[in-house]
Amino acid sequence: MSGMRTPLGRVRGLGSAKGGVEHWWMQRLTAVALVPLTLWFVYSMVALTGAEHASVVNWFARSRNAVLMILLVVATFHHGQLGVQVVIDDYVHSERTKLAAIIIVKFAAVLLAAGSIFGIVRIAFGVIG
Amino acid sequence: MTARNRPLSPHLQIYRPQLTSLLSITHRATGIALVAGAFLLVWWIAALVRGPAPFALFQHFIASFLGRLLLFGWTWALFYHLANGIRHLSWDAGWGYELESTYASGWFVVAASVVLTLVAWSVGYVMLGGHG
Repeated sequence: MSGMRTPLGRVRGLGSAKGGVEHWWMQRLTAVALVPLTLWFVYSMVALTGAEHASVVNWFARSRNAVLMILLVVATFHHGQLGVQVVIDDYVHSERTKLAAIIIVKFAAVLLAAGSIFGIVRIAFGVIG
Repeated sequence: MTARNRPLSPHLQIYRPQLTSLLSITHRATGIALVAGAFLLVWWIAALVRGPAPFALFQHFIASFLGRLLLFGWTWALFYHLANGIRHLSWDAGWGYELESTYASGWFVVAASVVLTLVAWSVGYVMLGGHG
């Protein structure tokens, strides 16, 4: 197969469709990001077990925590919607239902991520209550 | 179209379940469960924004039997998906494709997910100072 391809084509590695790896690649990229983010998140949640509202707000007020929370939300919802899309692709056989489901999942992921990020910023800046 | 009459592969009725296939479908199942769990994360953030009373309601739910059961399940699902996800990433890198390695890493993922879940919850209960 590779014998028929130009050196440039081989380096780009995109095949004749010129695409198709974005989904796979973004799923892996977000997975790699989520390894340290998830470990940090679980560690933080365990440390915040039973903590009161004010203590959790103080935790968010630290830049490092707010930034990592935003990154966690972005990576989680991106990774999550890519995963759900694969499940829909596999199990929903009606083209119309499949398209509708994928649109809903992607819109919901963006909406929830945007809402969460805005919420994190508000907590970090103390614009709450 | 005759597509619907074609045999499916693997045919689930005759396909003997094994560790590898069970871990594979569990990876998908935990992924779906974690997406559902993400709503808990959104609720947590929303409750924090809305103030002490809505946050107390959130904590009341989490402290309930159902809340703890769900959170325990999500903790395990998270550790399982994390550990098995790393297993997948190592396959992507070309490592561990031998049948023996696949089974060894599979059992390691099962053990790691259980141990990490129990460790996280033990520390959590210590954080509550034994009042949980």
